[in-house]
Amino acid sequence: MKFATIFAASAAAFFVFAPAAVLAGPALDAIKQRGTLRCGVQGPGNPGFGVPDTQGRWSGFNVDICRAVAISIFNDPSKVEFVPVTTQSRFPALASGEVDMLSNNTTWTLTRDTNVNRFNFPAIVFYDGQAMMVPRRLNVTSARGLNGATVCVQPGTTTELNLADYFRQHNMTFRPVVVADLDELRRTYDAGRCDVYTNDFAALAAQRTLLTNPRDHVILPERVSKEPLGPAIRQGDEELSNLVAWTVFALIDAEEMGITSANVDQIAASSTNPVVRRLLGAEGNMGESIGAANALYARTIIKTVGNYGEIFERHIGTNTPLGLERGQNNVWTKGGLLYAPPAR
Amino acid sequence: MQTTSPSNVGAPAWWYDRTARALALQAALLFAVVAASVFFFSNVQTNMAARGLTLGFGFLDRAAGIPIGESLIPYTPSNSYARALLAGLLNTLRVAVFGCLLVTLLGVFLGVLRLSENPLLSGLVGAYIEIVRNTPVVLQLVFWLVVFQQLPSVREALNPLPGVYLSQRGLKIPVLEWNDAAAYALVGLALGIAAAVWTMRRARAHQMQTGEYRRVWPICLGYLVLLPLAAAQLTGDRLVLSVPELQGFNFAGGAELSPEFAALLTGLVIYTAAFVAEIVRSGIQSVGKGQWEASRALGLSNGRIMRLVILPQALRVIVPPLTSQYLNLTKNSSLAIVIGYQDLFSVSNTSINQTGQAIEVIFIMMTVYLVLSLLTAAGMNVYNTRVALKER
Ligand SMILES: N[C@@H](CCC(=O)N[C@@H](CS)C(=O)NCC(=O)O)C(=O)O
Repeated sequence: MKFATIFAASAAAFFVFAPAAVLAGPALDAIKQRGTLRCGVQGPGNPGFGVPDTQGRWSGFNVDICRAVAISIFNDPSKVEFVPVTTQSRFPALASGEVDMLSNNTTWTLTRDTNVNRFNFPAIVFYDGQAMMVPRRLNVTSARGLNGATVCVQPGTTTELNLADYFRQHNMTFRPVVVADLDELRRTYDAGRCDVYTNDFAALAAQRTLLTNPRDHVILPERVSKEPLGPAIRQGDEELSNLVAWTVFALIDAEEMGITSANVDQIAASSTNPVVRRLLGAEGNMGESIGAANALYARTIIKTVGNYGEIFERHIGTNTPLGLERGQNNVWTKGGLLYAPPAR
Repeated sequence: MQTTSPSNVGAPAWWYDRTARALALQAALLFAVVAASVFFFSNVQTNMAARGLTLGFGFLDRAAGIPIGESLIPYTPSNSYARALLAGLLNTLRVAVFGCLLVTLLGVFLGVLRLSENPLLSGLVGAYIEIVRNTPVVLQLVFWLVVFQQLPSVREALNPLPGVYLSQRGLKIPVLEWNDAAAYALVGLALGIAAAVWTMRRARAHQMQTGEYRRVWPICLGYLVLLPLAAAQLTGDRLVLSVPELQGFNFAGGAELSPEFAALLTGLVIYTAAFVAEIVRSGIQSVGKGQWEASRALGLSNGRIMRLVILPQALRVIVPPLTSQYLNLTKNSSLAIVIGYQDLFSVSNTSINQTGQAIEVIFIMMTVYLVLSLLTAAGMNVYNTRVALKER
């Protein structure tokens, strides 16, 4: 309720009261002037992707993406303000300027990229697909066996749209239970109100860790959609778009080149590989080109949050409660889809 | 002798005239409102233009794609946004109408009990009122949802009556399938109600005139049952009962009362009834003691005194604040979004999210809530003038 009211009110208030002049300047200038990057992340119910600890310090996969961008802009990972948003409040929050960037498992779709909202998705940080989770005792082995099921789903998502498409495509019916608050949705599924809980696979894995008995639930093998997830910003600021994209690419490149938080200083000092030297700011002017705070942005990012693989393993990898395999989210040289354009 | 024609005295300036002054004030207010609207509207347009956003209602025709769990009209995700919003509106109305009815019954009942001479009874009601009024209504809604979700699972559904099933997925009851016969039966039922009302009125008028009581309820019941059945025979179709049956994951057939709707209705009624009970109590206390004494002197029983003498007079005090409780209930129904009942507010939020047309959808939503409130208030005002003290 809170979120819904806040977002409706802020959307309305913004459009009605904000003086036109404030909107003109590029987002990056506004961020620099303010001195912090406002990052929209998921509320506290998303282990692995972004949760605050007891001291209020946020950590998670999406959170580290925000920190990396903050390093590019300010050379300081602490200059981020984390603003929890929900699936319903995220777009008004971004459109109205309440946040500068979303880093919350938002799918890049044509509508979101072009429609009235006009957002921009500078890069993809996670290749996901929608999946269905069911209690083990139902003995369901395929999503095709879900005809007539009751399905728990969060509104305002691609998830609810894909759900309707999938059942229609396969001539099956379903009874949706649509709950806006993620914690309430999970509790509702846990209570047995629904046969199925559907979301992006990785998000389901995260939600499953919070169920009463995670082992009693299985995620069915089908991926019913493509969900390329990545940070989103408002259209109209090419500089910010470039900066976010090349920050993500630096994380991917670093993994491809075997540069980690542990060896980055040593490699920077000793490497003779021109590609590595350019990325780490020993040669060329990459930092200046993307508008970073200084030439060593990539080096600082890798030292602080690690390369893409380190971020992945730390928060959502096989040694975490989520236990996700790298799969498609591996660098292309290891059979994944992560492929950064050359930094030159 | 001097004669002064009225024109010589000079008509008083128009602002000394009450009506003219009132009209002028209204005009000024109207102007201010219009001016403010124009200002805000152009501001919105400038801001949106600066963003490259456009205002338009074209999206209403597009396929919504959003699933809606329960709807009073047939709805599938391939239907338009307009239809999705209408389904949401009808869900809001369903809660508002049943809510206002139930809250009136429960509120009056509790208000009367609150004044009971039995200290245990009045104390209990007092405690109920204090507890319910002093806890956030959102929490109460979630509480009721959790309560309804504690019911057995679908596979172990309670089966209190043949064809009736109660589980954490809600209440399933048999229902007539919608066909021509059912439609005719519905018309027949409307006629039956009209006939029954007419018969009762006649009997009453007769009793007023002659003092003779006519027992008409069996006749009325006959109208209510036989007319629909007779009407159904007029078509080729037959009345078919759809009985819920466990098929795969869920019950198929029958009609459903979802736990989300039940939780919202229960929560709102229990919450609002506490306020109504207090209104009713103060209304009853506002009626002079002499009325009780006089009625007792006539030999009326306490129940009849309450019903025939006290409550009709108390209504004058009760109706105006009761109206605002009806409005509160309707507006609070937008809290449905918390527990997953898809009312107008919930569907609007989702539509905003999927289309990005925030201004348009918020505009539609606010207009609808405003119209609902104004209609309720207008209806209650008409009723209020009917019960108000007639000064003769
Ligand atoms: N990727 C899909 C689904 C996103 C989604 O469901 N996100 C959820 C779970 S990861 C979320 O952010 N929930 C946080 C909240 O609503 O509090 C989309 O962009 O629409």
